Amino acid sequence: MKTTALTDKHIALGAKMVPFAGYNMPVQYVGINAEHDTVRKGVGVFDVSHMGEFILKGENALALIQQVTSNDAAKLHDGKVQYSCLPNETGGIVDDLLVYRIDEKTYMLVVNASNIEKDWNWISKFNTHGVEMKDISDRTTLLAIQGPKAAEALQSLTDVDLGSMEYYTFKKGKFAGVDNVVISATGYTGAGGFEIYFDNEHANEIWDKVFAAGEKFGIKPIGLGARDTLRLEMGFCLYGNDINDTTSPLEAGLGWITKFTKDFTNSTALKQQKADGVAKKLVGLEMIDRGIPRHDYEITDADGNNIGKVTSGTQSPSLQKAIGMGYVKKEFSEEGTEVFVKIRESLIKAKVVKPPFTA
Amino acid sequence: MNFPSELKYTKDHEWIKVEGNQATIGITEFAQSELGDIVYVDVDSVGKEVSEHSVFGTIEAVKTVSDLFMPVTGTVLELNPKLNSEPELVNKDPYGDGWIIKISFNGSADSLLSSEDYAAVVGH
Repeated sequence: MKTTALTDKHIALGAKMVPFAGYNMPVQYVGINAEHDTVRKGVGVFDVSHMGEFILKGENALALIQQVTSNDAAKLHDGKVQYSCLPNETGGIVDDLLVYRIDEKTYMLVVNASNIEKDWNWISKFNTHGVEMKDISDRTTLLAIQGPKAAEALQSLTDVDLGSMEYYTFKKGKFAGVDNVVISATGYTGAGGFEIYFDNEHANEIWDKVFAAGEKFGIKPIGLGARDTLRLEMGFCLYGNDINDTTSPLEAGLGWITKFTKDFTNSTALKQQKADGVAKKLVGLEMIDRGIPRHDYEITDADGNNIGKVTSGTQSPSLQKAIGMGYVKKEFSEEGTEVFVKIRESLIKAKVVKPPFTA
Repeated sequence: MNFPSELKYTKDHEWIKVEGNQATIGITEFAQSELGDIVYVDVDSVGKEVSEHSVFGTIEAVKTVSDLFMPVTGTVLELNPKLNSEPELVNKDPYGDGWIIKISFNGSADSLLSSEDYAAVVGH
């Protein structure tokens, strides 16, 4: 199993370690609910170094990115980040990703750990015009430092004015004494904060400095368990659960990153799908009666007829109610529609809601 | 970890405390620690006889769902009413306020694991 540069730290901190996408990763340190709360109300640090990073460089880098991704990367400027996906040729999604424009000819793509090899091969297949591609995943440490107190907690470590950075922008600068750190105002929690990319050799030093600087703000390490509950409360898709090789970005509610201002892989078919309308839609589910929706549970109408499937679900730590996401037939996708989730042979009442989930 | 000696245990990580022809059943400190934050205990077998090793309910942590197994054959009398609003009691006090069900039964729990045997099973 692969490790990150910080695996020993997590073990020393008493984390419960689990295999995830081939990596030995911390799922929790003290408990998912407490860690979730730390990020929502304060500041917490996730080691998400298992994520993949590719550098694409050259005259034709933008053209390649435009070909393989669904969002319009021509809209990017230096220091801007964009959420996007890699459509496949059969209507589904190879992966979802972040696209960073470093300069006009240099981009960084951040992809899911479980898809690094698949994405690399997929993008390479379209690289017919000599774009220089580099996979820096194994030497890159990524810390997601998330929460409303993140900017305050980290400000003493850098001259970059963290408080003034706009969402989905990044700066390269000195951070915790290390040069060329990518400081990105992004995240997967909806709590605000930063994602910090740097070379593995600085991992322990930066980790220690982040915790020293954040101490008076109550900074804590956070595991992947809380990462999942935090993203789910926001209705952010998780590749492998809510989107995969067979779900279309339009079905998944990712129309906002599917831009027909340009041609891209499978754009003709997706355009047609948009015109025809989708048959199923990814929706938020909030349980009305007692029960927790879970991945792969059946969604039915009041008579028990199958109308879809749950893709993610949990007891929401912030809202203290059971929430989920799932695909339902289009006619059941309207906000407020009463649906049922089949939980251990019982039909439990739920309603369709529009994420983010709120109290 | 604490495995009180007056209780009997199963390899499925339940404990049972026998008092005459009634018994109280819960999950062990090890089990609650492995599961993490308990958010829901779902027992639909109240009033029913459930045989040894069969599922009498389900316990859900934030991320996982696990079945609950009967240590002995018996009739489920009640689910701990406090767990409806405070499922976290299973984490906080697994052998006390976090008990899960009470049953009536006629057999014996003597053949189940002792606290030492159970500690050996979970490596503590």
